[in-house]
Amino acid sequence: MKYFLRKFMALLLTMFLVSIFTFAAFNVIPGDPAELILGTEATPESIAALRASLGLNQSLPQRYLKWFGGLLHGNMGTSLQYSQPVSSLLASRLPVTACLAGMAFILIIALSFPAGILAAKWHGSWAGRFLDSITMLNLTLPGFFVGVLFIWIFGIILHCFMPGEYVDYRQNFGGFLRYLIFPAIAVALPNIASTAKFLRTSILAEKGSDYVRTARSKGVSEDVVLRRHILKNAAVPAITLLGMTVAGIFSGSIIVEQVFSLPGVGRLLISAVSSRDFPLLESLVVYIAFLVSIANFLADMLIRAVDPRMKEKA
Amino acid sequence: MENHFFKRIVSGLTAAAIMLSLAACSHGADSSSAARPSSGSKNEFTYGLQTQPGHLDPYVSTSADTREILFNVFEGLVKPDKDGDLKPAIAESYSVSADALAYTFKLRKGVKFQNGKAVTTEDIKYSLDKAAGLSGGKILMADLKNIKSVEIADDSTVKINLKKPDYDFLPYLTVAITPKGYTHQDTHPMGTGPYSFVSYTPQQSLILKKNPYYWQKDLPHIDKITFKLEANSNALLTDMQGGSIDGASIANDVASQLTNDFNVIPSNSNSVQMLALNNKQKPFDSKEVRQAVSYAIDPDAIIKTVNYGKGVRCGTPVIPGLKKYCETSLDHAYDHNAAKAKELLAKAGYPDGFSMTITVPSNYTVHVNTAQVIVNELKEAGIKAQIKQVDFATWLSKCYENRDYQSTIISVDGAALTPRSFLNRYVSTNSKNFVNYSSSAFDSIYKKAEEEKDSTKRIELYKQAQQQISKDAASVYIEDISNLNALHKGFSGYTPYPLYVFDASTIKYTG
Repeated sequence: MKYFLRKFMALLLTMFLVSIFTFAAFNVIPGDPAELILGTEATPESIAALRASLGLNQSLPQRYLKWFGGLLHGNMGTSLQYSQPVSSLLASRLPVTACLAGMAFILIIALSFPAGILAAKWHGSWAGRFLDSITMLNLTLPGFFVGVLFIWIFGIILHCFMPGEYVDYRQNFGGFLRYLIFPAIAVALPNIASTAKFLRTSILAEKGSDYVRTARSKGVSEDVVLRRHILKNAAVPAITLLGMTVAGIFSGSIIVEQVFSLPGVGRLLISAVSSRDFPLLESLVVYIAFLVSIANFLADMLIRAVDPRMKEKA
Repeated sequence: MENHFFKRIVSGLTAAAIMLSLAACSHGADSSSAARPSSGSKNEFTYGLQTQPGHLDPYVSTSADTREILFNVFEGLVKPDKDGDLKPAIAESYSVSADALAYTFKLRKGVKFQNGKAVTTEDIKYSLDKAAGLSGGKILMADLKNIKSVEIADDSTVKINLKKPDYDFLPYLTVAITPKGYTHQDTHPMGTGPYSFVSYTPQQSLILKKNPYYWQKDLPHIDKITFKLEANSNALLTDMQGGSIDGASIANDVASQLTNDFNVIPSNSNSVQMLALNNKQKPFDSKEVRQAVSYAIDPDAIIKTVNYGKGVRCGTPVIPGLKKYCETSLDHAYDHNAAKAKELLAKAGYPDGFSMTITVPSNYTVHVNTAQVIVNELKEAGIKAQIKQVDFATWLSKCYENRDYQSTIISVDGAALTPRSFLNRYVSTNSKNFVNYSSSAFDSIYKKAEEEKDSTKRIELYKQAQQQISKDAASVYIEDISNLNALHKGFSGYTPYPLYVFDASTIKYTG
C-alpha cells in the first residue's frame, strides 16, 4: 500500500513539474494568440478588444494559476484558438491517439519478443544476421519516413487505403481501425527494432551465466533452457524498456499523425504550440505526462510479477 | 511440444503478417482511383485547405484564412464581384449624398438569414453599430471608424451618416450583416450568404450546406461543401492523389505532381510579396540603400526560379488585380542592375556593402525559397544577407506588431476592394505601418486622395501615392504570386476574385 502511495505521489509531482516546465518554456517564446487570430489586418484596438475577451491581459503567471486552479476542479479551461472547451477537444482526439498507440503497442509486443528471441537463437547463423540487419534498418528509419513510404506504396500505388481519407471512429469503427493500421506500423517499427535488439542482447548475455550452464549440464534441452530459464531473466530489462517505449510511441505518433493527417492528440499539440494556445497546451502536456507515468507504473507492476526479488527490494 | 516452440513463433508471425495485410488491403477493392468526385456524389464538394480558420465571428476574424471561408456565409449591404466591382447584395440599391456624408441603402425584398428570418433594417443597424463600436463596445473593424450613426429611415431604408466626407466608403460596407442579438457567431456563424454553417471540427473539417433561403435563386449549385483542413501542402497532394478532395489551392511544386484528373486554374493571389525593409533601422533608414537593394533584386528571377514563372511582377504595394488603381508603369522602376546598386551603396557610405538579416516566417515555403534567391542576388551587389526563420506567431509578434526586424519577406493582402486597403499602411501614423515608412509627401497625397470627390482624379492621386512609395523605395515589391487552383475535372465554375476568398456558390458538377 505504501508502495502505491509513493508511486501516486511521484505521479502527481511529475505532472506538476511538467506543467511548470511548459509554463517556463511558454514564457520564453514570443507570439500572441490574439495577433494570430486577427492576422495582418489587426489594429491596436481590435487586438486590445480580443485580448480582453480571451483573458490575455492577465500576466502569464496569473493565467497559469487560473488554469491550475481550474484543473484542480477538473476544468481544463477553454482553447483560445478554437473557443471550445479543452476537455471536449481532448475527448474527441483521445480515441484516435489511444487506438493508434494501442495498436502500435500490441504490434511492438507481438513482434519484438519473437524477433528478439529468434535473433538470439539464430545468433551467428545467416538467419540471425538477416534478422539483425532488418532490425538495424528499422532502428535507423525515422517514423515519418516510413509513414511517407507507406502512403506512397500502400496508398497511392496499391490502393490499400485512401490517403487522407480518415474515417471517423464514430461513423465507422472498423474502417477507422483499418485506416490506423499503417500509421500504427509506422509508429511501431522503430520501437519493435529497439526492443528486439535489447532483448536479443540481454538473452545473449544471460546465455553465458552459471545457471544456464548448470541447466544444460543437467541435460535440459536448449529450447527449454531458453524459454524457462533465460527468458524470465532477460525479459525484465525488456519490460522496463517497454514502459519507456510508451513515451516513444507518443512522440512517434505526434509526427506520424501529421504525415497521415490523423486528428489525434499529437496534431492538436502541434497546433497548440504554433497558435500559442496556453490552456490547451498545458492540458495536453500534463495529460500525456499522466499517460506515460501510468505506463511506466504498469511496467513496474509487471516486473514485480515476473521477478519476485523486486518486491523484496521495494 | 517444447520443440515446436520456435516453429510456433515463426508461423504465428507469418499468420499475423498475412492477416494484417489482408485487413488493410481488403479496402482496396472498393476504393477507386481519383476518377470521380471524392464523395461519389455530385451534390457534394470537398475543398482542401492548408490553413486553419481562427475565430468565426465575422467582426473578429480579420485573418485572411478565415475570411476566405466566411465569404460563403456572410454578405454585406454590397458584395464584391469577380471583376472587383461592388454589387448590391442585401441592399437593392444605394445612393450617396452630394457631400458624401450620408450613404442611403434600400433593402432588397425577401432576403433572409440562414435561420429563415427576414433581414430587417434593425438587423442592419445592429450589425453596423456593433462593428463600428457604436453600441457601447470597442470598435471591432477599424475601417468603419468614420461612421457617425446608423439611422433607420423607414421599414426598408437605412441611412449611414459619416463623420467626415468620404466618396469611396462603399468598399467597407461589405461588412457582414448578422441577425440582431445573435450571440453565437464564434461557434455557429450565421448570415445571409449562399451557404449556412453546419460544423467546425478543428484540424479536420468545416462543413457548410446550401442555404435554402438564399436570395439569388439560381445559386448555389452544390448542396454540401466541406473544407478539409490539412496540415501542409504534402497532405493536400496525397489527398488529391488518393481522391479524397475535389479541389485545393496549391503550390507550384505540388501542381507538377498532380494526376490529370485535375484542372489547374491559375489566378492572382491578390497579395503582393515584398521584401519589407525596416525604414527605421540601419542601414535601411537611408533611401539610397533601399534603392540599391531594389536594384540588386531581380523579381523576374524570383518568379522564374521559385514560382516556375507563374507570378505577376509588381512595383507597388497595390495588387495588379485592382486594375484601375495599380500603377503598372512602376513594375520596372528598379530593373535588375548590380552595378547601379553598388554605385548607390558607395554613395550612401557603404562602398564595401554591409551585412543584413532577412527574417522569414518558416511556414511559408515560398518566402523561404525567395529568401534564398535574394541572398544570392544581394551577394552580387556586395551585401551579405543571412536568413533567419521564425514561426508565424513569432513573426507576427516581433516583426509585424513590434517592428523589431531589419528585413522580412511576406505577402500583404487587403481586406476591402479599395487601394486604401493596400496603401493606408504607408501613412506614417498608421498602426499597420510595419515597414516604418514615413514621408510627408506621401501622407499629403494619400489624404488628398481620400478626400477627392471626382473618381478620375482620385485614381490619379492613388497612382501618385504609389509613385512616391516607389521613388522612396519604401520596400522591395516582388510579385503577386499566382494561386494555382486545382479542381477535379468533374467540377467547373471556379470564380477567381481580386480578393483572398473562395466562392463555393458558383462551383457545379458537370461530370
